[in-house]
Amino acid sequence: MEKIEAKDVNFYYGSFHALKGISMEIPQNKVVAFIGPSGCGKSTFLRLFNRMNDLIPGARLEGEICIDGKNIYAPGIQVDELRKEVGMVFQRPNPFPKSIFDNVAYGLRVNGIKDKSFIAHRVEEALRGAALWEEVKDKLNASAYALSGGQQQRLCIARAMAVSPSVLLMDEPASALDPISTAKVEELICELRNEVTIVIVTHNMQQASRVSDKTAFFYMGEMVEYDDTKVIFTNPHKEATQNYITGRFG
Amino acid sequence: MSTPAYPKDFSMKKRRSQKVAFIVFRVLSLLIVLILFAILGFIIYKGAGVISWDFLSKAPSDGMTAGGIFPAIVGTLLLMLGSAIVAFPVGIMSGIYMNEYASRGWVVKFIRLMTNNLSGVPSIVFGLFGMALFVKYLGFGDSILAGSLTLGLLSLPLVIRTTEEALKDIPAGIREGSLALGATKLQTIWKVVLPMGMPRIITGLILSLGRVSGETAPILFTCAAYFFPQLPASIFDQCMALPYHLYVISTSGTDIEAQQPIAYGTALVLIVIVLVINLLAGVLRRHFENRLKMK
Repeated sequence: MEKIEAKDVNFYYGSFHALKGISMEIPQNKVVAFIGPSGCGKSTFLRLFNRMNDLIPGARLEGEICIDGKNIYAPGIQVDELRKEVGMVFQRPNPFPKSIFDNVAYGLRVNGIKDKSFIAHRVEEALRGAALWEEVKDKLNASAYALSGGQQQRLCIARAMAVSPSVLLMDEPASALDPISTAKVEELICELRNEVTIVIVTHNMQQASRVSDKTAFFYMGEMVEYDDTKVIFTNPHKEATQNYITGRFG
Repeated sequence: MSTPAYPKDFSMKKRRSQKVAFIVFRVLSLLIVLILFAILGFIIYKGAGVISWDFLSKAPSDGMTAGGIFPAIVGTLLLMLGSAIVAFPVGIMSGIYMNEYASRGWVVKFIRLMTNNLSGVPSIVFGLFGMALFVKYLGFGDSILAGSLTLGLLSLPLVIRTTEEALKDIPAGIREGSLALGATKLQTIWKVVLPMGMPRIITGLILSLGRVSGETAPILFTCAAYFFPQLPASIFDQCMALPYHLYVISTSGTDIEAQQPIAYGTALVLIVIVLVINLLAGVLRRHFENRLKMK
């Protein structure tokens, strides 16, 4: 079943044509990786799925992006409702200057949940889900800033998962982390695929091949090739893909 | 091309000029501190003698050649409070609006330009404007209300600017993190952005209070009383104020020679108030910073 469907998407920053006629389908509960050199448009494309690009002045979208068959750019779509359904983890860990507990509870609270015991339950669940519970269970009231970078990123994953989204977008989630933290995040991605559809942007091709079911290669605003990860990394059909994954450019 | 020979002794020269420059910086900074201490010391030397419980708690008497300055202290504190009530909410909200909702576009650029210009307007002009608008046109008369409004207007640009600057430094990633969880812009501002900006906003607010406490010109035509020994009963009363009292007894008192110690005492009290407020600012700032870090 298709979770996300992009139909002939063109995207412009002012006069700059950033995404050129992209159509793709992302299946439910799979991990899809976007790879490509810097500036190829992969992050821009990812940020269309939770309308994060709405914030950029002068940006313009043509085409449709549907999640569960509904065009998320249709008039009448409430962006905050959409973002509850489509969570996001950013390149740099961006915990709020609040306690560990309050960070994870934030998404629930801003969406109107007041039941304290439910929040506590959900916070624990999310922290366990992000493999962070054992490390922080004794200091839930400590500042999130006291955690290491890798822990902060897992906290951000827990924070995103706490509101029970059905899609999780990850924008180079491990690029600011050390190898051990990266391995933990990757492990997490593999576990979370049971609960959510994951779209991950990465610079790291090994990472894409390790964690994803399907991979899309972007170049200069176009989606060059999109196929099962195995195919992309062993037997790509396009020469540009072949050149990129073998490290001849990028 | 090969590297030309490095000039001889250059490394010693550049270290020497660094040393000279730092000495100059240090001497100049010390000089500033010295001047500050000189002023403070002078005021304390001249004014400490008259400070007593009576001076702080009694009204002036005998043609303002004796007694205390209690009504002026109360007046100044009331005006500070009043101007804070006027300027803080409006200023903080404008700062938020300008940074969070409308940081681009010519309207905001224009508002920002006007705000900056406003902070350059001489305070006597604010006084004149306050008299025309609040005292006469709106009919508040010479009153604490009119004085507070005028002082509030005066401190508005500073409050707006510091709020805007404080919010500008908060990384965009934090805002995106909140929005990505389904928070609205207002929730993001209220729950994340504003608490993060608070330590710096507080500093700006307190600085503006310090400025307000010492302003004379804006209350000259709008509020300050030459002699009003009883405490004001409502916001439509006039009141005395420390800077104006200082001005009055130094220039148009009944016996300027005899009143000189009182003038210095008044100045000392004014300085101490500002000092206490600045200390309070530091405490508050640290409190808000700690709340963000939470150990």
